[in-house]
Amino acid sequence: MNATTIAEGVRRGELSARTLAEESLRSIRARNDELNVFLHVDESGAMAAAERVDDTVSRGLDPGRLAGVPIALKDNLCQVGVPTTCSSKILEGWRPPYSATVVDRLLEAGAVPMGKTNLDEFAMGSSTETSAFGPTRNPLDPTRVPGGSSGGSAAAVAAAMTPLALGSDTGGSIRQPAALCGIVGVKPTYGLVSRYGLIAFASSLDQIGPFATNVADAALLLEVIAGHDPMDSTSLPEPAPDLVAHLDDGVAGRRVGLVRELIDGADDEIVESVQRAADVLRAAGATIVELSIPELHLGLSAYYLIAPAEASSNLARYDGVRYGLRVDADDVTAMNEVTRTAGFGAEVKRRIMLGTYALSAGYYDAYYGQALKVRTQMIDAFRRAYRQVDLLVGATTPSVAFTFGSKTNDPMAMYLSDVFTIPTNLAGEAALSVPFGRGEANLPIGVQLLGPGRSEAQLFAAARVLEAVERGS
Amino acid sequence: MSELTRAEVAHVAKLARLRLSDDELDLFTVQLAKILDHAADMQSLDLADVVATAHPYGLINVVRDDVVRPSLERDEVLAMAPDAEDGRFAVPRIMGEAP
Repeated sequence: MNATTIAEGVRRGELSARTLAEESLRSIRARNDELNVFLHVDESGAMAAAERVDDTVSRGLDPGRLAGVPIALKDNLCQVGVPTTCSSKILEGWRPPYSATVVDRLLEAGAVPMGKTNLDEFAMGSSTETSAFGPTRNPLDPTRVPGGSSGGSAAAVAAAMTPLALGSDTGGSIRQPAALCGIVGVKPTYGLVSRYGLIAFASSLDQIGPFATNVADAALLLEVIAGHDPMDSTSLPEPAPDLVAHLDDGVAGRRVGLVRELIDGADDEIVESVQRAADVLRAAGATIVELSIPELHLGLSAYYLIAPAEASSNLARYDGVRYGLRVDADDVTAMNEVTRTAGFGAEVKRRIMLGTYALSAGYYDAYYGQALKVRTQMIDAFRRAYRQVDLLVGATTPSVAFTFGSKTNDPMAMYLSDVFTIPTNLAGEAALSVPFGRGEANLPIGVQLLGPGRSEAQLFAAARVLEAVERGS
Repeated sequence: MSELTRAEVAHVAKLARLRLSDDELDLFTVQLAKILDHAADMQSLDLADVVATAHPYGLINVVRDDVVRPSLERDEVLAMAPDAEDGRFAVPRIMGEAP
């Protein structure tokens, strides 16, 4: 059952939130040992939240737009009292003293958080293989990765443990796992969703967004979590946009750019899906314009200096003083060093090193400074494209889900998994991945739709057009 | 190849408060050089006239009224610290022997 149907049933008193939570717990227990999706299942918290919803309904009050809908939370989102690790040993055992704004909004809307899902350590990775607590397996083929970094949240939805999940997307960490797991994933406009309570990786790129089995559920979830938050100084000033109301707007009269750089280097089966998606949008009344945006090729280089630079600064706070792991030593500097050395995994250390180097005296202008200028060029290039077209279409990933270990020895090969998703984060714009077509071994393919800031309603409407054809076939 | 040296990697590790083993130093020297090589495509661009973007919409200062508001409970925060004493975070000595 999808989230929209569940919430309607619970609000009408026809479904019990408690029963739904119990069903979700059964689904989680059935496959969690095999797939390693949840790091922590919050059974008591979920049952308490569900009972509050049922109680609200029985008193004749409105329990909210996500009443009784079980949801999974990526384990870099703080929920008061619930263990939050970022899949890192350095935070093992930590229980946040406050909740993320998105978690508060979910609870106000009657959603039922079931627990915390696995991710690449501190969201640094594209496969969940860098998690300190073992990788998550793709529910569609457990010999393959679910993608990352929000691989646990994507797998929770793909395995029908929960109809909804939240992830975070810094360079593709929602869209890429959504594509690899055959579900919908959205990277909202930077600032649309409050980052308060999201443990920071790269603050100028991070954005929280939804996973769902279908476009309408993703739009509903985004409406609930979006809107200004005074606790995040980068939060956009306006309230949440209307998204659900525009789901059936279609694409008639829209101009959609088919971008060469967003399919270059992808497997043939992926390129075919993107071209078929363009044909479907054309048949629905859109004009397809073939475009080249050469600046997109620089995205990967800029990202892998900017994101590690910001991360090296953000992760300086893990020093063994205020929370998390401490390894004892004679003086405070030695304690900082042995704590960080024991607490961080190899990928996190690699990115801290890269970022520290890019920011260090003598290299700042050549690396970090140059990357920030390329970021300006990326933003200008997108703006030029959006003067010609309303939306862009391309691939989400270069390939379908890959097998474990196939990219772990070569960081650059892993980073290339995000080549099509990174430019949107650098530009602060919006994009989503919608399942469209199947590839090797019948694994799902994701098509990416991209738009300027605040274009989510148009993106969802276009994704609905693709979804309707995908479901009909 | 980038001219990143093992000594530079060791220096960066010190700045980042990480202790790397000899094997890790060797591995990171190779891997970081490879990643920096990929960034060479940016280095060759003439961007002297381009303004840097540190933030997609430009960071502006956001201020609130200077009024007292509830904040986190001190005891709850300290309960999550590795070590606390007299309502404060406690750390090993930061200088030489105490007098």
